[in-house]
Amino acid sequence: MIPRRMNDRWAGYLFIAPWCFGFLIFTAGPMAASLLISFTSWTMLSPPSWVGLENFERLFTEDPLFLRSLWNTVFYVLLSVPLATCLALGLALLLDHKVRGLSIFRTIFFLPSVTNVVAVSILWLWVFNPEFGLINSALGAIGIEGPLWLQSESWAKPALVIMSLWGVGGSMIIFLAALQGVPHELHEAAQLDGAGAVRRFLHITLPMISPALFFSLIMGLIGGFQVFTQAFVMTGTAQPGSEGGPNNATLFMVLYLYKKAFMDFKMGYASALAWILFFIILVLTLAQKRIGERWVHYEAGE
Amino acid sequence: MTTQKDIRRPRVPRVFGSSLLYLVLGLLSILFLAPFAWMLSVSVQDLAGVFAHPFRWLPDAYRWENYRQVTSLLPFWRYAGNTLFITLLVLIGTLLSCSLVAYGFSRLRFRGRETLFALCLSTMMLPGQVTMIPLYMFFAHLGWIDTYYPLILPAFFGSPFYIFLLRQFFLTIPREYDEAALLDGASRFRIYRSIILPLAKPALITVALFTFVGTWNDFFGPLIYLNSPDRATLTLGLSMLKSQVIGTGSTPWHILMAGAVLIMLPNIVIFFLAQKQFVKGIAAGGLRG
Repeated sequence: MIPRRMNDRWAGYLFIAPWCFGFLIFTAGPMAASLLISFTSWTMLSPPSWVGLENFERLFTEDPLFLRSLWNTVFYVLLSVPLATCLALGLALLLDHKVRGLSIFRTIFFLPSVTNVVAVSILWLWVFNPEFGLINSALGAIGIEGPLWLQSESWAKPALVIMSLWGVGGSMIIFLAALQGVPHELHEAAQLDGAGAVRRFLHITLPMISPALFFSLIMGLIGGFQVFTQAFVMTGTAQPGSEGGPNNATLFMVLYLYKKAFMDFKMGYASALAWILFFIILVLTLAQKRIGERWVHYEAGE
Repeated sequence: MTTQKDIRRPRVPRVFGSSLLYLVLGLLSILFLAPFAWMLSVSVQDLAGVFAHPFRWLPDAYRWENYRQVTSLLPFWRYAGNTLFITLLVLIGTLLSCSLVAYGFSRLRFRGRETLFALCLSTMMLPGQVTMIPLYMFFAHLGWIDTYYPLILPAFFGSPFYIFLLRQFFLTIPREYDEAALLDGASRFRIYRSIILPLAKPALITVALFTFVGTWNDFFGPLIYLNSPDRATLTLGLSMLKSQVIGTGSTPWHILMAGAVLIMLPNIVIFFLAQKQFVKGIAAGGLRG
């Protein structure tokens, strides 16, 4: 038995070797390098020079664009994540009514999630066109004059939030699977005890699907903070560098990072920005986990 | 997590009457489908039709040449070939590496296994931006900017979500199969190849589908690593075409929409063919306890 065990151990390391090397080369190594680079001033043309915490100081004290991007991102996340979660949950609850043609509706709601982001962004760019777009045409038909959407400083971010709601299909499927795992007896028992639909939803359904809800919230948060492509493709003028307009209303953190790194080649500064982003995501994820421990209900055992 | 979802039972709490339910679902479906319908309609109109007030969903004449025009503008087939090439290699790399690693994590005992697996899962939460700049410099140092290596090579080193999915599936395969094969003198690799892989086909298909869709749609990778116009992928090409024509006075929306339709098509077809696998894979991702 012992030689077999020994063999297994080495075989085990051999099998997971691709990931181990991948982790060192593509994750751990670059992470350490990124942290070091964030303490330097480096334009790729000249050798890096150590500047200590200067990048971080400048980001928070001398860079209004960074603060703007931080605010834009927080605004986007605070609006899109709760709305998307509610919509996904709503759709899943509707489809959990033993609906005829369930798979057709599920397909319709999920379809936007498999489509190409750039193609979708171009499509929505036209959907949001103030004069000829789908939304303002529809609003016009009922006598409402729609806003300028992406061309308006105050409506550009809400426009991107609306567009993000089109992609709730993934969360919906997760919620639907979770809802279908709620034992029916619980509802029956509660009903016998005289609990109404709302009370049963709050006290049975919600706790039972809380792991899925929690997972989807965390993933939504992580994804939301990394919003990039929509803003890159849909905003700004034809001029390169104008992405994130109008007046930087859709300059999100990752977009700003991209511009600093790959348009201005300020690698040190951009790395500092990346670490701030990482730090925010980490803190929020941990905080959510902390809060989650209180309200997420896990079944005992596996 | 228990999987009793297949037991069909009547739902007692009927919040909505059934006709109201279908009305709501129908309206929501229209909202979700309208942008697609709009895109299809615009893609076969002429520019005058695009700017018509009120918009006509069904044009008098269908301009199919929009599609031909966008294929020559992009160059579509060249980009499609590039994208397919990258996607196929990423598929091979992902399936190979993730199944090997998942086998190691699910079947073999070794020191630090649980810790390493937890580490692997935790990297799923890591925003790519943290590693992006050093990786870019690393690939630049190797002279790999404007090549496909940075887009393809990492796939051969496993990806945490797919490792997780495959591991979960491998755990459902009875261990007795392995034991029997071991007694017959089969090596661990042999068991992986001849027993586990064939049995895990459904899970491998799910991973392949996700990988295909993800790579086909990838924008950020091609955007930072590819410079020459003739090396672009479809997604990058469409974005470049958009920046060339936008704001030029009369943006050819009908041509752009035709391009958008063509790029979306493979994923939509794949999704329709393999809906079940998609749904299962996504649900599995969300239901881990």
